[in-house]
Amino acid sequence: MSRPALEVTGVAVEIDGSRILDEVSVTVVPGQLLSLIGPNGAGKSTLIRCLAGLISPSEGDVLLDGRSLGGLSRRAIARSISYVPQADARSLPFAVRAFVEMGRYPHLGPWSALSAADVEAVDAALAQTDTVHLSARSMESLSGGERQRVLIAAALAQGGRILLLDEPTTFLDYRHQMWIVELLERLHRDQGLTVVTATHDLNWALAVSDAVLALRDGAVAYRGATAALFDAGRLEQIYGTRFDLVESGGRPVPLVVPARNGR
Amino acid sequence: MSAARRLLLLAVGAAAVAVVVPFIGIEALPLSVLRDPGGGSVASVIFWQIRVPRVVAAVLAGGGLAIAGAAFQALFRNPLATPYTLGVASGAAFGVALATRLGLAVAVLGIATDTLAALAGALVAVSVVWLLTRVRPATSSMVLLLAGVAMSFFFSSLILLLQYTASLGDSYQIVRWLMGGLAGVGPREVLHLLPFVAAGVAVLGWRARELDLLSIGADLAASRGVDVGRQRTVIFLAASVMVGGVVAACGPIGFVGMMAPHICRLLLGAEHRHLLPASCLFGGAFLAACDTAARLVLAPAELPVGVITSLLGGPFFLWLLLRRVVGRDAAG
Repeated sequence: MSRPALEVTGVAVEIDGSRILDEVSVTVVPGQLLSLIGPNGAGKSTLIRCLAGLISPSEGDVLLDGRSLGGLSRRAIARSISYVPQADARSLPFAVRAFVEMGRYPHLGPWSALSAADVEAVDAALAQTDTVHLSARSMESLSGGERQRVLIAAALAQGGRILLLDEPTTFLDYRHQMWIVELLERLHRDQGLTVVTATHDLNWALAVSDAVLALRDGAVAYRGATAALFDAGRLEQIYGTRFDLVESGGRPVPLVVPARNGR
Repeated sequence: MSAARRLLLLAVGAAAVAVVVPFIGIEALPLSVLRDPGGGSVASVIFWQIRVPRVVAAVLAGGGLAIAGAAFQALFRNPLATPYTLGVASGAAFGVALATRLGLAVAVLGIATDTLAALAGALVAVSVVWLLTRVRPATSSMVLLLAGVAMSFFFSSLILLLQYTASLGDSYQIVRWLMGGLAGVGPREVLHLLPFVAAGVAVLGWRARELDLLSIGADLAASRGVDVGRQRTVIFLAASVMVGGVVAACGPIGFVGMMAPHICRLLLGAEHRHLLPASCLFGGAFLAACDTAARLVLAPAELPVGVITSLLGGPFFLWLLLRRVVGRDAAG
């Protein structure tokens, strides 16, 4: 097995005295597409932020290519790891292209202008996310789906091998959800990017990811192959609600349908 | 028109203002004073010894306050963040008022008491806000801004207290100084201002990319490779020291630090590689123009320039708030 891209060893995070993550360990191998699932408040976002080096764990460590994130400069981390935050209403008062160019920050010196390689990376990121036609538009004028695509473009322009996304499809309509899912699958399959995404969409997690990490109350509830997620009682244990499993489209694609209690 | 072209136009306009205003006064000066920098005639003495230093001081002060305002607005991701609302200017003003009240006159390393007192005041105000970010790293920029507003009120009250207990003469001197003005600012004040503004502009101007990223949020900035804690500290300190220097020389001149960046953002967008130089140019030219108006409105008496900038700034502030509210309603 190849050396892990990211390794989380016994991470605990405490914020204002409450324990958000507890003894979480997981290994992300290069080129893996890992889905992070679990109910609200389980610690998915916190774990993503730990992986991005935005939060330092109070116990345990996060290793990037075997080196602790705590010992690396922000710039060095940014050259390897890109992060797409949860969709929010924050003000982004820039043109699309200018915003994507800002993703090149970790490659630029204080006075250097964008090099040919930088421009190429920005062009490629816009093309991959099908946002070239939006280049001159203001970020503020974009729809939720377009905005999310540009946020991913900026993360891709950053040029890292690891892409972390916090609920990338939340608030998007079905078409845009599918579009983002297919984009991530392409990036993972064709370019070998390592993708870790927190999600509430189990169908998606099951359809495209290589592995799943389920959190519940800040601790690991399940870690491993997606298929085994359907072992009796496992999803019930994670989410605290009943599930029916349905086949769809003639193929054995498991669909997860939350069932009403008492039925 | 591209932002770079607009910036160029703005630079030309600002230069034109700076060149023209020294000639304007109760008596317009003839162009011939330019040929006589030694001060052979009364007109050339007025021009070279009084008006030129005063315009240079106005440009430096206005430019410094404006670029500090642009930096604060990006750092706090809030359009209302200014040297004023963050308590920096009030802290500096309190420092000077205290020095005046106590009659302190000690120069350290050639730096005047006023300057030292203003710096100390500005730094005290800033450290309180900055300490908050250290003690609670997750503190939202809104809370920091409110902490700054609290500091501003705190220092304003202390100034009132000083005034109340001061003699009539000291009290008048403090009030007059608090209005902010460039009357009596000469070559000496220009030399005091220059290092502060030059250093501040250099430090902030170097950080256009960091300010761009900080303005979209600490999490995104950090994930793009910005050392957020370090950059925040450097930007905060540089802007505060610069504001302290300006306040020491010209008093707390209001609203330039808020208005200039906003107008420039409307003119050429939010990218700091354009916004920082534009704010600096606009702020400098704006203050020079306001100061000329201050000399003329009640001539031969002079109005403190702070009165003019605040008279313009108050309604502008309201307009900004209304525009935001209306904009939000339309978007929702």
